[in-house]
Amino acid sequence: MSVLPGRAASWAEQPQEPGPPAEAGAGEGRRAGIGRLFLETFIQNRLAVLGVGIVVFFLLFCFVGPLIYHTDQISVNLEQVSLRPSASHLLGTDETGYDQLGRLMVAGRTSLEVGFAAAVVGTTWGALWGAVAGYFGKAIDSILMRAVDSLLAIPPIFLLLFLATAFTPSVVMLIFVVSLVSWLLPARLVRGETLSLRTREFVQAARGVGAKDRRILLRHILPNAIGPMIVAATFAVADAILLVAGLSFLGLGIPPPAANWGGMLSEGLTYIARGYWWLIYPPGLCIVLVVVAFNFIGDALRDALEVRLQRR
Amino acid sequence: MTAYLARRVGQALIVIIGVSIAVFVLSRILPGGPRAILGARATPQQVHTFIVQNGLNKPLVVQYGVFLKLLLQGNLGYSYHYNQSVNSLLASDLPKSAILVGLSTLIALAIAVPLGIMQAVRRYTLLDYTLTGASFVGYSMPTFWLGTLLIAWFSIDLHIFPSEGPQSGGVAGIFTHPTAMVLPVATLVVVNVALFSRYMRSSAIESLVQDFIRTARSKGLSERAVITNHLLRNSLIPIVTLLGVSLPYIFSGALITESVFNYPGMGLLFWNAAQVKDYAVLIGGTLVVSVAAVLGSLAADLIYAAIDPRVRYR
Repeated sequence: MSVLPGRAASWAEQPQEPGPPAEAGAGEGRRAGIGRLFLETFIQNRLAVLGVGIVVFFLLFCFVGPLIYHTDQISVNLEQVSLRPSASHLLGTDETGYDQLGRLMVAGRTSLEVGFAAAVVGTTWGALWGAVAGYFGKAIDSILMRAVDSLLAIPPIFLLLFLATAFTPSVVMLIFVVSLVSWLLPARLVRGETLSLRTREFVQAARGVGAKDRRILLRHILPNAIGPMIVAATFAVADAILLVAGLSFLGLGIPPPAANWGGMLSEGLTYIARGYWWLIYPPGLCIVLVVVAFNFIGDALRDALEVRLQRR
Repeated sequence: MTAYLARRVGQALIVIIGVSIAVFVLSRILPGGPRAILGARATPQQVHTFIVQNGLNKPLVVQYGVFLKLLLQGNLGYSYHYNQSVNSLLASDLPKSAILVGLSTLIALAIAVPLGIMQAVRRYTLLDYTLTGASFVGYSMPTFWLGTLLIAWFSIDLHIFPSEGPQSGGVAGIFTHPTAMVLPVATLVVVNVALFSRYMRSSAIESLVQDFIRTARSKGLSERAVITNHLLRNSLIPIVTLLGVSLPYIFSGALITESVFNYPGMGLLFWNAAQVKDYAVLIGGTLVVSVAAVLGSLAADLIYAAIDPRVRYR
């Protein structure tokens, strides 16, 4: 399942591995240098490049693929049920006669869209929450962060199962439900970043010229906390895809006719005793590849960001 | 130590109260209200009686007070589906989940700790990259896929292990059918090894560059002694914390594993309750696993403080 705790902890305690040699630079050149260094560190990480490659491949596969590989994903064809892979159906057909490869493309759209949407909603909400907690400090910080701690203590699948039972599942509801879990880590990370940002000169300067708290938060703190936000969002996409897959298996995922990889996988698994491998391995592999890719990217972004932070 | 203990226990109490508020809110935002429990054919009269009997017409704060009072008395509510108290349902299923989670976590640690150390010692070699890749795949795999594949390979193809968890009643059933435990435990072990070994590797790499390792080497200790006496012990410490904060995720994995193997534990009970919208079990179950996670995390922190005195003075 998810590995959020490991990530949250390793964010702070990643071993410092020797990065590329720091370049000397001053004034105007320094800012460009940091940006380039960030990019270089990211690209040097081959796994990250691989991750980006996989994500781009799947985006093309899901969104451009259907334009090239035409299949009927609307009407059920009960004369062509569970066919083995052949020239006319490259990955065979599923239990209702849909072409499996075409189905993977359509289902991948939903999986990726829900993953991205939940990550964006969760990270935005979490970042606001964390920034407010870190910026105001004291009682507000305690109350807001204890709320985060409490929700983190509730095992995510239990919480999601509870919510999915209570509300009729739909794509929008699922995004909402998953973001209820995915905002917690961004909230913690952004709060930590805000604690250090709020003491910096530019924030004091903004306050000195009479900027309101709201403006300082939105114009000065949050834009500078974009690094941890992006890292958290990357991991959140991976987690959301896995969570939605898990919920689909538990029967509370996205309802038909919309398909998603988790749903395809759990339906395919019911045929495991008959050895319909084309229903079992391809959707699982899609999930694993995409989730691994987002983890690679997230790890690399975090490392690259640390290099940037060291140079400050 | 006393001050640290008091502070840490206080924090845990606050989080438990937070959990109870969160679950209370969840229980009140459920759509359908009393009809969700009484059924769609309940008369307005019956609905009214139910509302008055359960104090649902009182202010929310009062309702929360009643909710909390029942909890403190150890009363988790009544399941209308099973016609049993949630307490007795949990009492029979919780120990089985505890055994599943405990056993698989221990085995996972026994594998992941040496694995992570080995990766750290031989870092950036082919072996390290292979194992890192494997652990990435391990935790990116949907748990239910892994579990079902194990069933396909080991029960359907090879006929070595049964495809279901032990079904006979009580905890004793687990010990009378040890082979039925193999696949559920193996599923959770794979997931947890993937999580722990990566962290163990980072932790050990961090320790390897510390001065005490150089000192140990320079005073002439064998590499073996350096690793077992100095590296292992120091890298183990953060793992205790990781274990503490991972509990909610381990419990989540256990729920899915129990559903795959029809293992009659708390996760399966919870899943079945979700199918029939048995809200009393959902509320009670969420509370119990969350409180267990908080207490587990507290225990981990206290163990951490006991073995590493530096923590107490932070």
